[in-house]
Amino acid sequence: MQAFTRTTGRVAVIDRPDIDTDQVIPKQFLKRIERTGWGEFLFWDWRLDEDGNPRPDFELNQPAFADAKILLAGRNFGCGSSREHAPWSLQGYGFEALIAPSFADIFRSNCMKVGLVPIELPEDDVRALIDAVDNENGSEMTVDLQEQTITEPGGSVFEFSFDAFRKHCLLNGLDDIALTLQHEDAITAYEKANPGRIDTLALTGAS
Amino acid sequence: MAKTLFDRVWERHVVREEPGEPALIYIDLHLLHEVTSPQAFEGLRLADRRVRRPDRSIATMDHNVPTDGGPVTDPLAKAQLDALDANCPAFGVPLYATGSGREGIVHVIGPELGLTRPGITIVCGDSHTSTHGAFGALAFGIGTSEVEHVLATQCLQQGRPETMRMHFDGELLPGVTAKDCILGAIGQIGVAGGTGHVIEYTGDVIEGFTMEQRMTVCNMSIEAGARAGMIAPDDTTFAYLEGRPASPTGDEWEAALDEWRQLRTDPDAEFATDVVVNVEDLVPQVTWGTNPGMVAPVTANVPDPADVEDAEERLSIERALDYMGLEPGMAVRDIAIDRVFIGSCTNSRIEDLRAAASVVKGHKVASSVHAMVVPGSVVIKRQAESEGLDKLFVEAGFEWREAGCSMCLGMNPDILQPGERSASTSNRNFEGRQGRGGRTHLVSPEMAAAAAVAGHFVDVRELSYESVG
Repeated sequence: MQAFTRTTGRVAVIDRPDIDTDQVIPKQFLKRIERTGWGEFLFWDWRLDEDGNPRPDFELNQPAFADAKILLAGRNFGCGSSREHAPWSLQGYGFEALIAPSFADIFRSNCMKVGLVPIELPEDDVRALIDAVDNENGSEMTVDLQEQTITEPGGSVFEFSFDAFRKHCLLNGLDDIALTLQHEDAITAYEKANPGRIDTLALTGAS
Repeated sequence: MAKTLFDRVWERHVVREEPGEPALIYIDLHLLHEVTSPQAFEGLRLADRRVRRPDRSIATMDHNVPTDGGPVTDPLAKAQLDALDANCPAFGVPLYATGSGREGIVHVIGPELGLTRPGITIVCGDSHTSTHGAFGALAFGIGTSEVEHVLATQCLQQGRPETMRMHFDGELLPGVTAKDCILGAIGQIGVAGGTGHVIEYTGDVIEGFTMEQRMTVCNMSIEAGARAGMIAPDDTTFAYLEGRPASPTGDEWEAALDEWRQLRTDPDAEFATDVVVNVEDLVPQVTWGTNPGMVAPVTANVPDPADVEDAEERLSIERALDYMGLEPGMAVRDIAIDRVFIGSCTNSRIEDLRAAASVVKGHKVASSVHAMVVPGSVVIKRQAESEGLDKLFVEAGFEWREAGCSMCLGMNPDILQPGERSASTSNRNFEGRQGRGGRTHLVSPEMAAAAAVAGHFVDVRELSYESVG
C-alpha cells in the first residue's frame, strides 16, 4: 500500500450528500481486470456528457478544482456498491485525502486498504472548510495524518480523530496480508479447534 | 453477560484480539464472482501467495453473463469471465461456471446449495452479501483488497461493529411483502441509518416470513448503510436447509441443529440502537428518487420540494425529481413505465417468480412496456419451468431469460436506454444504475408485475388474482 503522511494541495468540493459508488465509477468500467488506470473514468456520467464532452456544471470540471489532491464532500460519501474500483478511481484521478461528515462503511475500509485517507469531521467543520474554499481561483489545504490536522487557506487548523491502528498502517504503507500472516500460528490453531463443516471441494467434486 | 445473536457469531470467530487493533476474525465461507476478484488473484500471483482454504471458497459467474442464451460478445466482459475461468483452477478454487448447471447469482446459489448456514461468517466482494444473514450467518460485503486478504489468510481484520435491533411491529396487510417492509424501513431510517451497525431483524412478521422473504429483507440491509443484517435461525431455517446439496446429514445434521438452536439473542441483551418499524398499516412501496430511502406508498404522491423546509433535503429532492423526470407532487400511480425487470439477488427466487406470475396470469403486458424475468439461478429457472411459470410469463408478453444479475446493474447487455423508466424488483435506484440516463423505481415482484400489465404503477391490493405455483 502507498504510504501517506501529509499532503498539501488543491481542494475540490462536491457538496452533495449520499454520493454512491455507482456515480464514483459507473458499472460500464468494472469489466477492466487491471489494478491501475482508473482515474480517467472517475465520475464518468457526471463529468462527461453522452458525447464525451465535459459537463460545464459538474464540480470537478471547474477550473478552480483542477488537479485537486483533496476532496471535500457531503455526508455518507461512498454508499452502495462495495466496488474498490471507487477508491482506485479517486486515487487515479489524483486525490490523496477525502474529507466528509461521514463515509459508508465498506468504502471507508476500502480507502484505508489503498492509502487514500478518509477523514471524518463534524458537519460544521466540513461546512467551514467548504466556505473557506475560493471557488473562483482555487484554494490549497494541508492534510497532516501524523498530526491529525487540516490547515485551511486562512491558516485555521482543524483537528480530526483517526483510528490509531489504521493511522499506523497508512503512515507506514503496511501490507495488511503480511501483518496477518505474522499470526499464522493463531490461524492454524483456530482451524484445528474449529474444523467446521463446509467443504466446497467435496460439494463440487473437485477434491 | 447477555448476548445478541451477533455477539455469539462474532465471538466464536475471533482468531486474535489485541487492544488498539482490529480483531482478526475467521471466515468460514468466501464467495467469489468475476468482477471483484481478478485484481485479488493478480495480487496473490505478484506476491507469490496461495489460496489458504480453497475448500472454504467457491466462485460463480453472474454479473457479466448475457441472459439471452447467446455467447458473451463484449470483449471486456469475456476477458473478465475468462480471467475467473483461469484463476480458479490455477488457485484450486471451485467454480460453478456458466453451463455448469449450478450457476447463478452468487447470493442465490449460496443458500440454494446449503453452503449458507446459521452461525457462520461469509464474505464476498459484493455488498449484497448481507443476504445470507437471513440464516443467522454474519455475512457482509468486502472490497477487492479484502478479497485478496481472505484468499491468502482466510481471515479479515475487522473492527467490531455496533448492533441494531430493527423490530417490525404489527401484521402485514394482504398484498404487502417483505420488499415493502425493507423499503419502508429504509425510508424511515435513511440510507445511512444503519452505518456502522449489524442489524438484527425481529418481530412476528419476520418469524412468519419464509427464508426467501427473509433473504429479501437482509439483502437490502446495505441500502440502509448497515454492514450486515441477521435473523435468528428457527425451524423455518432448518426446514429450508435440510437435504440441500451441502447440508450436513445424519448425526452431523442433528449436531448442527443442536448448535444452531443456540443462536438466539438473550431476552435481556442490549443493542446499541433500537428501531421499531410499524408495519401494521404499511402499503406497497415505490421508490421515486435516486436512492432507496426516497420511497413512498403507492397510494401517495411524490414529494414537492416546495413543501420541504430543510435546504439540503430540498435540493436533494429537486435533483432526484429532475433526474427521474417526475413532476413535484404527482401521484405515484400516474408514473408511466417503459420497462419491467423481475430479478436480482433481492427478488429472483422461486417464490418471487410465483408471486409475479400470479399477478400476470391471464393478462397481457401493456403495449408500451418491455418486460423481462431473469431467474436468480439455473436451478430456479428449471424449477419455474417445471411449474409452468415460464409459460404464464411468456403468454403475458414477458421475456423469459437465462439466470444472472442482468439489469440490476446492467453490466451485461440488459440495460435501460437514456430516459427509459423501469419498475424493478432489484435493490438500487441510483442514477444510471440500470443504464446511463435510466430511471429506476424499486418495487416488489407483485407490484412490478401489476405495473407491467397496467403500464403505470397500480396498487396491487386492488387487483384480484389467485396464487400459482
